[in-house]
Amino acid sequence: MSDTHAQTVPFVRDTMLPSAAPPIRESGAVKWMRENLFSGPVNTILTLLGLLIVWFLIATFWDWFAHSVWNASSLNECREIITATWGDNARGACFAVIRERWNQYLFGFYPQNLYWRPTMTFGLLMVALAPVLFSASLTIRRVVLAITAVVTLWAMVVLGAPVVWLAFAVLVLAGGGYLSERNITWLLPFSAIYPLLGVWFLWGGSLWGPIFVLVGPLLGWIAWRLVSRVSPLLATVAAILVTLVFWMVFAGDATGDAERLLSLSIESVRSDRFGGFLLSLTIGVAGIALSLPLGIVLALARQSDMFLIKSLSVIFIEFIRGVPLITLLFVASLLLNYFLPPGTSFDIILRVIIMVTIFAAAYMAEVIRGGLAALPKGQYEAADALGLDYWKAQRLIVLPQALKISIPGIVSTFIGMFKDTTLVTFVGLYDPLKSMSDAVRANIEWKGIYWEPFIFVGGIFFLICFGMSRYSMYLERRLQRDHR
Amino acid sequence: MTDVPAPAHAPFRLSMLVNDQRYRSLTFQVIVFILVMAGAWWLVDNTIRNLALMGKSFDFGFLWSRAGYDISQTPIPYTADDTHLRASVVGLLNTLIVAVLGCIAATVLGVIVGVSRLSKSWLFARLMTVFVEIFRNMPLLLWILIVYAIFTEIMPPPNAYRGDDPAASMIFFDHVALTNRYTAIPTLAMTNDPGSLDLGARITFNWATIAFVVALVGGWFIRRAILSHAQAVQDRTGDRPVTWWKNLAIMTVPSLILIWVFGLHFEAPSLQGFNFTGGLNVSNSLVALWLALTLYTAAFIAEIVRAGILSVSRGQSEAAFALGLRPNRTMNLVILPQALRVIIPPLISQYLNLTKNSSLAIAVGYMDLRGTLGGTTLNQTGRELEAIVLMMLTYLVLSLIISSGMNIFNARVKLKER
Repeated sequence: MSDTHAQTVPFVRDTMLPSAAPPIRESGAVKWMRENLFSGPVNTILTLLGLLIVWFLIATFWDWFAHSVWNASSLNECREIITATWGDNARGACFAVIRERWNQYLFGFYPQNLYWRPTMTFGLLMVALAPVLFSASLTIRRVVLAITAVVTLWAMVVLGAPVVWLAFAVLVLAGGGYLSERNITWLLPFSAIYPLLGVWFLWGGSLWGPIFVLVGPLLGWIAWRLVSRVSPLLATVAAILVTLVFWMVFAGDATGDAERLLSLSIESVRSDRFGGFLLSLTIGVAGIALSLPLGIVLALARQSDMFLIKSLSVIFIEFIRGVPLITLLFVASLLLNYFLPPGTSFDIILRVIIMVTIFAAAYMAEVIRGGLAALPKGQYEAADALGLDYWKAQRLIVLPQALKISIPGIVSTFIGMFKDTTLVTFVGLYDPLKSMSDAVRANIEWKGIYWEPFIFVGGIFFLICFGMSRYSMYLERRLQRDHR
Repeated sequence: MTDVPAPAHAPFRLSMLVNDQRYRSLTFQVIVFILVMAGAWWLVDNTIRNLALMGKSFDFGFLWSRAGYDISQTPIPYTADDTHLRASVVGLLNTLIVAVLGCIAATVLGVIVGVSRLSKSWLFARLMTVFVEIFRNMPLLLWILIVYAIFTEIMPPPNAYRGDDPAASMIFFDHVALTNRYTAIPTLAMTNDPGSLDLGARITFNWATIAFVVALVGGWFIRRAILSHAQAVQDRTGDRPVTWWKNLAIMTVPSLILIWVFGLHFEAPSLQGFNFTGGLNVSNSLVALWLALTLYTAAFIAEIVRAGILSVSRGQSEAAFALGLRPNRTMNLVILPQALRVIIPPLISQYLNLTKNSSLAIAVGYMDLRGTLGGTTLNQTGRELEAIVLMMLTYLVLSLIISSGMNIFNARVKLKER
């Protein structure tokens, strides 16, 4: 019978027990340690090994950091202070070198009274980047722009910027903030002209130079509008030709003439005065900005159906990827004067930027090719089915997805390139790591100081590169469209 | 039913070169071809004019003239009287030495770190994460300079090892001495030296080395024969003959016999006068470069290994366990083959990177290809164009060899799909 069971149960509890606390071994810190530190013999050994390493690191380096000296004018003075304060055998870091020479590590030999100019350039860079990098989140934009504004203006005041330029910076920062609140895309024109502005701020000289550089593409655009009624292909060719001809033939003279009519110049700074992180950031940012479009073009060329285009791109990419960056930098410093018309010489920083760009673009092309290959074939077919032409299909359907897939690779290429900017030391530029430290050590006061500059420079590199990798993770999460 | 007449071929018009899709790509390629050729012609023409202006010529004759400089580490016999070509070969061999040593060490360390990052021990995994992030996010040049500074600044001078109560002591059971100029390591020495095979051009191979290589390669082939025989027996009868002791014997016994015959032993370095003798004194530039390249590349390899292992879904190992496979065999037969498929391609590019990064030897004065051909030779002869072109081509060939070799390997381990 089905109901016999119920009646044979002698006792059924009718009240709930209050929930008891878990046993001490199964809760809180003890449980966490049992699960995460000592689960099994292998993990216990590893944890103990880890503790040993931590203890070793602390035992070795703690004194040294704890006894650091920030106020001294030479290494000997540092040592005396350490001996006087912590006894005869004490060791200590002498970060006074950073306090004394931070300006060289950041700006190289840039004229001291013009330090505000790179500072302002960097501050405005963040404004120019806002619509590109942080277009999705208003909150992040607010934080970034607010921090940028405060830090930039404070630094400019401290570095003694003229009131006019202070006002200019306030105007741009406030304008950036306002546009970021209203509609961030309105800030894009500023991003577009920023490269020229940045070059002008950093190197100085006449404003007419950047203006006439800008006029070239403007004329090209007009030519394109005029010819595009006849044929789109011809229009593109015409636009490029007009731009190039204007740049090569007219821009130089026009700049000189305009400058004589109305002088719009600021104090110019020679390239050999650049150094330290100013140099690294200039090369790095320029290389990043230029190598992405070039990389995309190379990747598309490599995927192309046209045999000639494809083979040229393959040869170029494989050649660049097959040689070390150092050899390319040597080409920039030693061989470019062979390849250019006799008597031409142009700026070493520009040459290095070109080589770094080419180098990074080859790697970028491979990364983006991976993204293009990972895209399902249906996406290309869908684009064709919609009747889009090649460029529209790439721009609207293929590239957005391919670039999204390749973000981690793109960002690691950027990081690698930024780290590689230290190699410019081998063509005689003052990179922050080797040349600058050598220059500091060449001074008798700081002879024999190794670790503190390494820690300082390494720390800044770490912050920037780590920041970039975190940003790429944020970007990946933000752009994730599939639901898992 | 009538035949549909084929549409008459539209007569070719010149505008079709631009507007018709069939011809447009052709037009485009022709334009690009002309532009590229024009660019190449422009470069070559400029180069010729520049060379003429400087009164130079483009020829590689300088390679056969006397080099006249010394190289600190010479894998093949070399003196200052030898040619620039021989100096370049020495440099290339030095590049290869540091690249091979670096690849091996970086792979070992990278695999260990990568697996450790997945360890359940929270502390150890975090430590390894810190290691990876620190080494990945700082320039390689920084690591080379730091390691070199550690060796040259902190290590004791050789005479610190002198006396009854020396200030420094050798490590690894008194076999390795770290000094501020070199690292003294033990060498292999023989009591019954069989002499050397002279290949001409002052390149010699010791007969003992040849004997060991022959023994190992022969052993490997015999082992393969044994395994395929065992497979054949298993296919025929269902029983697999025991092979492990045969394999072990084939791989070890000939080597042991050779060691005994030649009287092979380690010769520890010992301090004689001002320097260590008896062992091999490896210059600190090599050690620093090797160590820095290893640590830096290992951080990247660790991430590759970690990603590879994580890419194998957990269900795979669960399925293997459900089939009754032991963890060991699960790893070998199920997890690793799938993980390797993800790991190998990026690993290839890490090896390439390491090889190319070895050109940073310039920072520590190690005489690699860049230091000889692209350094002293270039400066002495003033042949920038030839030296750099030759150096780039050598690196290019090296890269292509590595990548094609590893791609063949990759093709063998990749998942067989149908």
